Amino acid sequence: MLDIFKGYKGRALEVLKSFQARVWGDTTVETTRGKFQGIILPRSENDDDKHIVIKLITGYNVGIDVDTILEMKETGYKEAHYKIPEREFPFTEGLPKVKLFGTGGTIASRLDYRTGAVIPAFSPGELYGAVPELADICNLDTEKLFAVFSENMGPEQYKKLAISIGEEIKKGIDGIIIGHGTDTMHHTAAAMSYMLQNLPVPVIMVGSQRSSDRPSSDAALNLMHAAKAAGHSDIAEVMVNMFGPTSDEYALLHQGTRVRKMHSSYRSTFRTIGDTPIAMVTRDEIIPIKTDYNKRRTDCKVDVYPYFEERVAIAYYYPNMHPDIIDALTDNGYKGIVIAGTGLGHINKPLYPAIRRAVEKGVHIYMTVQTLWGFVHMFVYDTGRDLMSMGIVPGENLLPEVAYIKLGWVLGQTTDPEEVKRLMLTPVAGDITDGEPYNGYLIFQGGIPEVEEFIRKYHK
Amino acid sequence: MNKWEENWQKTRKQVGWVALKDATPETYQKLGFKCGLEVHQQLDTKKKLFCRCATGIYHDFDNYDAEIVRHMRPTLSELGEYDGTALMEFKTKKQIIYRIKNDSACTYEVDDTPPFLFNEEALSHAMQIALLLKMNIVGELHITRKQYLDGSIPTGFQRTTILGIEGEIPISNKKIRIIQFSIEEDSCREVSDIRHTRIYYTDRLGMPLCETVTYPDMLTPLEAAEAGQYIRFLARSSGKARTGIGAARQDVNVSVTGGTRVEIKGVAHIKWIPKLTHNEAFRQKALLDIKQKLNKLIPEPAKWNTSWIELHADKWKHIPILKRVAKEGWKLVAINLPAFKNILSFFTQPGKCFADELSDRLKVIACLEKPNMFHSEELNPAINEEDWQKINDLLKSKAKDAQILLWTPVEDLKTAVETISERCQLAWEGVPNETRKSLSNGTTVFERVLPGPDRMYPDTDSAPIPITDEVIESARKLLPVDLQDRLKQLKKWNVPQDAYTYILRNNLMPVIEQMSAGFDLSPKFLALLYAHTLKSMQGSGPLPFGNDRIVDLLKFIKKRSLAIDILPEMLKILFRNPNMTFSSILDVIGYKQAEVIEIYDNVSTLIMMFSKFKLKKVARPGAEADWIMGRLHKLALGNVPLKEVRTKVEAAIAAEVKHA
Repeated sequence: MLDIFKGYKGRALEVLKSFQARVWGDTTVETTRGKFQGIILPRSENDDDKHIVIKLITGYNVGIDVDTILEMKETGYKEAHYKIPEREFPFTEGLPKVKLFGTGGTIASRLDYRTGAVIPAFSPGELYGAVPELADICNLDTEKLFAVFSENMGPEQYKKLAISIGEEIKKGIDGIIIGHGTDTMHHTAAAMSYMLQNLPVPVIMVGSQRSSDRPSSDAALNLMHAAKAAGHSDIAEVMVNMFGPTSDEYALLHQGTRVRKMHSSYRSTFRTIGDTPIAMVTRDEIIPIKTDYNKRRTDCKVDVYPYFEERVAIAYYYPNMHPDIIDALTDNGYKGIVIAGTGLGHINKPLYPAIRRAVEKGVHIYMTVQTLWGFVHMFVYDTGRDLMSMGIVPGENLLPEVAYIKLGWVLGQTTDPEEVKRLMLTPVAGDITDGEPYNGYLIFQGGIPEVEEFIRKYHK
Repeated sequence: MNKWEENWQKTRKQVGWVALKDATPETYQKLGFKCGLEVHQQLDTKKKLFCRCATGIYHDFDNYDAEIVRHMRPTLSELGEYDGTALMEFKTKKQIIYRIKNDSACTYEVDDTPPFLFNEEALSHAMQIALLLKMNIVGELHITRKQYLDGSIPTGFQRTTILGIEGEIPISNKKIRIIQFSIEEDSCREVSDIRHTRIYYTDRLGMPLCETVTYPDMLTPLEAAEAGQYIRFLARSSGKARTGIGAARQDVNVSVTGGTRVEIKGVAHIKWIPKLTHNEAFRQKALLDIKQKLNKLIPEPAKWNTSWIELHADKWKHIPILKRVAKEGWKLVAINLPAFKNILSFFTQPGKCFADELSDRLKVIACLEKPNMFHSEELNPAINEEDWQKINDLLKSKAKDAQILLWTPVEDLKTAVETISERCQLAWEGVPNETRKSLSNGTTVFERVLPGPDRMYPDTDSAPIPITDEVIESARKLLPVDLQDRLKQLKKWNVPQDAYTYILRNNLMPVIEQMSAGFDLSPKFLALLYAHTLKSMQGSGPLPFGNDRIVDLLKFIKKRSLAIDILPEMLKILFRNPNMTFSSILDVIGYKQAEVIEIYDNVSTLIMMFSKFKLKKVARPGAEADWIMGRLHKLALGNVPLKEVRTKVEAAIAAEVKHA
């Protein structure tokens, strides 16, 4: 399709052609509903072919039904070119060096005001133009590794990201930030926790829940918090840095192996599950919550394990699950399955033969709990004992997604069942804990007087 | 009168200011007065526009469940620049706190959830009004984001969409063109705005509004008010607009020749429009006169600059307000404004001078609560000449200079000094682009810089909504009678003009028509029943019963074959006791069923008594009939029309006279 008809198809395209009207043309449109005047805008590919979009002089966009159009006449032409202004990121002696790796999430972006298309801001210059406060926190360098949406992050990207970070650390960086879409941020955080061990500097993952083209965006503050944590904290762990409350107040640093996105849209969507976050971050300071984290070092040494077996799956158990689901995984050559079981780690009897068959064929099966909070306890009921005797290994308190990443990482290194089991059950970066602290499970129930009192008193 | 007040009066005269009542159309013609309106009217829907929260639930500001905090950041415009408003709002560094109550807000209001599907009820309500305004209806609604950085909407933008463009309304002497008609979400209610903290309540946020924007076709303040009234009545006539306090609000745009469009925001009452626009026109004229004066004095404003020094707050404790400055450890700053003598005290609005323009901006931009400054040309000086001389010496001021003394916490010092300098620089340009807040005394104060055109962009969270011809046609079938025709109808019914507002505001025309036909009553009687009787009963409050109750009462009167005179009396009781049964109301009034004969039997006796008590001495004509009617009233009320009784009584008196 010609660029001058950008996004138009079918009936709408025919009408544009018949009147020789084009995108960006300032056009008078006579219709059965009256006259409209404005600039023809490109149309979103997914929208129908029955309307043409114009921007009125007042700045508003409206659609015109093509079947009402009597006449179109171009009176001018105004093509929009949109660019994010760049300003050189200033170097400040004495501030830590921080490297931001981009994966494709739009942590900082600007909107093309005419088309609504999101243009990512990424280079240090662009970021400085958008969030100048960053220059007061660190000396920033950036590198775009991929341009994929968060849901398309996978083993290839994990490995490349880990290797790139490893190289940067060896060169002596003071902290790493990974800009990432929020949907699968906790998967990548887990992957980095396994692939990068014995870290000397913080590795901070950050994203935004509201894109930075809106004035209320959390992106700028998230970036500032991330830069603060990466450059100034002494916590050398892979962490997710996102809003603590939904208010613009502070961020929480969550351990990469214990964090999960828990709300589809809230700013404070990330929560540490089964433990407390490691620290709070404001623009001015880092307030530790835990003390037993891996401390920052100056030796520039890190262990990089860029391995991943792709044929691993999560089976989320539900009542009446049929054995053919497990059989299908086995027959398709999957090497590992993480089951998210009910309660303490259970599935129903009809699945037993399929489980037995899978184990016999060498599939490694690990049990986690879909309650998310709490440990797998397979000795409590017969079901659990039956399952273990069939070869399912209880995954302690590994979160299901974390167990999935870990199993992929382990199977990328070995397929020996005993070695797999040893690696799976050896705690890494807090993924399996000795126990659960009393405040590791706090889900307040709205409506209860003391909770309401708390909510009223502290900013949400 | 001090010399500055003299200057104020002199400049007021120079500007040509007259009181609203003394102004004529020529006054405005000379100014080049132009006015356009943006009329906002809440739509009467059950739910909000983009979420499923209930509408119309308002709370006391202290009654809330939770608070959240946000800061607004400017976003870059299309040209890669920050919008003027955006920069100003960012400079103010406001912490915005939102109060939330669960019954009137969900996570959508606080921008923690993307929008739900567009409210269809709002669309169908708005369609009715758009068709009444004769708008060209669009083929597809595109939800647009309109940026607001003051925090009044937690997202930082208002979701809004154009339903139609290019309509018109008639006023008495001309047609007013309509630019556009849109549906948008209402904003938060402001709780307070003190220093760097602004608090909003989210109950009103997200309620559907329609906005009617006119061309600047109104050439006098009265035309502006008339157009505002017409748009309001038109929306009411659809029966789809919400009523009550805050349900309708106007933004009024004013400009004069050589001036700029200034937007007066949030005018709550249409009756305020004339005075506000009148004063704004003269404020612009005054600023243009100042511009002229300054350009003559200093043709190159780039060479003009302020200078400032910090004073020792301890040495100024003898001035009452400044005691606090020393105590709080604030900065006390004196600023010299070269060549500004006689400008600070230059008239701008009734009771205000140019220095108020500076003080207003200090409040909004530097967040300094008023009083936030003194100046060398105070109409009521708080600092004596001697002290000003001291300040002049310290600043090394020249005779033609003016001075400002302001106090500020150290963190706002830079902004405060810059704000003064910036506003003075703008004086060379004349009238700055501003939105101004209306005050009930008819004057305005600075609210913020008028936003630029680049603050609109598509809402990436919602899909376009097609508007088919069928939707429009089915809406057209439900349209009420055109407001123009209603006005003609009122005239034909002989309803006095003072009754129009009440009837149209409350959309009573269909009600009156129905009652008139159903009970064979004259429309004028019913119109006055509402616009006079009921209106005077209710005062500023609501009626304690609906129209259906009045219909029931009419049915009751018809069934009992009562004379209609009794209706207003019964309504009076009903107003005080909305739940009383109609028969009980009759008892309270003291109604007793009586035959016509029984009533008239008394007439001759009463005529005799009137003579006997020598009441005849009262020479006033009709006095005898009045006295007799007074005695008969209670007995006759509801049994025979009182007019009929009076005719009989007057005839009897005449017969008696003749007989005698």
